[in-house]
Amino acid sequence: MRIIRIGSGAGYSGDRIEPAIELAESGNLDYLVFECLAERTIALAQQDRLKDPQGGFDPLLADRMKAVLPICRKNGVKIVTNMGAANPVAAAQATCDIAKALGLTGLKVAAVTGDDVLDQARNSDVALDEGGSVKALGNRVISANAYTGAAPIAEALAGGADVVITGRAADPALFLGPLVHEFGWAMEDWDLLGKGTMVGHLLECAGQITGGYFADPGVKDVQGLARLGFPIGEVREDGDLVVTKVAGSGGQITRATVAEQLLYEIHDPTRYYQPDVVADFSQVRVEEVGPDRIHVTGGSGAPKTGLLKTSVGYLDSYIGEGEISYAGANAVARGRLALEIVRERLTLTGVKMTESRFDLIGVNALHGDALAEGRDPYEVRIRVAGRTDSLAEAVKIGNEVETLYTNGPAGGGGAWKSAREIVGVASALLPETVVTSSVTFMEA
Amino acid sequence: MKLREIAHSRSGDKGDTSNISVIAFDMGDFAFLAEHVTADCVADHFGDTITGTVTRYELPALGALNFVLTGALGGGVVRSLALDTHGKSFSSALLEFELPDKGASSGSP
Repeated sequence: MRIIRIGSGAGYSGDRIEPAIELAESGNLDYLVFECLAERTIALAQQDRLKDPQGGFDPLLADRMKAVLPICRKNGVKIVTNMGAANPVAAAQATCDIAKALGLTGLKVAAVTGDDVLDQARNSDVALDEGGSVKALGNRVISANAYTGAAPIAEALAGGADVVITGRAADPALFLGPLVHEFGWAMEDWDLLGKGTMVGHLLECAGQITGGYFADPGVKDVQGLARLGFPIGEVREDGDLVVTKVAGSGGQITRATVAEQLLYEIHDPTRYYQPDVVADFSQVRVEEVGPDRIHVTGGSGAPKTGLLKTSVGYLDSYIGEGEISYAGANAVARGRLALEIVRERLTLTGVKMTESRFDLIGVNALHGDALAEGRDPYEVRIRVAGRTDSLAEAVKIGNEVETLYTNGPAGGGGAWKSAREIVGVASALLPETVVTSSVTFMEA
Repeated sequence: MKLREIAHSRSGDKGDTSNISVIAFDMGDFAFLAEHVTADCVADHFGDTITGTVTRYELPALGALNFVLTGALGGGVVRSLALDTHGKSFSSALLEFELPDKGASSGSP
């Protein structure tokens, strides 16, 4: 039975560059996938595109393409990525330009568009999961992108693309697309689509399945995290999967690393909603079949819902923050005094906050006082954060922390402050009929 | 006995909802975990840190439980005032959960 080898070259926008080079060079791959879009990224990218019509795609696209295009060309590896963000066509054009500059003439690049549903969302006045509606957000709305599926990616590959660049495709669809294309899986074969979705889900966070985000010294030791190898999925025509990595690379693939990643960002394991299928991971089994080789079985699927998750980006608020550190005996008491002083100052000076936090980093900042057990650390860092309706108000919060230098408890050091605009993201469900995907081909 | 002695964990975020997996190092401990790490226990453990509900899903074939906590992330990663906006450190918090000694399990005759 045929096997397709898919490597995962990035688990997020800022991920390391070299593991993908290693995969392209030594992974004996058919496909190399880069998953680089988080919930908010596309809203921020849309803002970039408004400033520059040729912008709005992933800032590391050029670095990644320069690093892997020549090797992928040499080894016949096709690339699939969502680095197109808010502007897949410009990203594809930039990729063609890079290919030309590298002498890779004839390279065929496809841009998948259609996920931008801002007009449709506005017109249909869609309700938001968090309450309210797109209409109620009015001119604060900056983007609406639907999570699209595997079909247009498969179409691009069928059209001969060497590189496929999408916007807001669902992360697992970047992997499911090549499988649908290679194996001719029917878009109504829910079982196979569920299995392919499981492949994508396991691989999309790259190093998170090969020992990254896993190590706990003395409990769960992992070797070679500084040169962590990224994963390869060997997928059989019937959806059977072995997860492995390049021999000699850092990290490890075990039943435990695969189990952690299988449940990562999953809610009900019997209902993992995707554009093409509702995948079911509840009966999945993992079995070690060799060193760094894990066989994963038992994924399945049920018919899709016909609804697409849509991320709506909007101008939300401003956040101001300040931090300063205290050390030695009584550090926690001085930290608490500092927090009280800032709290009183923000009231005295009338800073308008809609929400605020006063934390002691090193004591209670992550999970509150109840879980902190009351042990005194050698040093603490206070942190004050507040939400405001304007940047000018947000600035005042950090300022009140900074003035602790000359007005607060003894020995405060390392003050830091920031104030920034917050782009929020709300979710909605749109009928899939509002999305019309299209594929644009270009050649280097 | 702390949960971390027999299980490992990873947490993830979607909007204002956090999920925390609890996976037995030894498949044989799954029944013990399922008996003692209930949705109510997890809700108590996190207390005021979360404002919503806790739902538990069981995956016996994997030896794992999956907890879904709503109202857990201060409005979600993109707008939260929290230091750990993703709630990625929730896994470490849950592994501090106190379990009874395995010898004292109610399953023993």
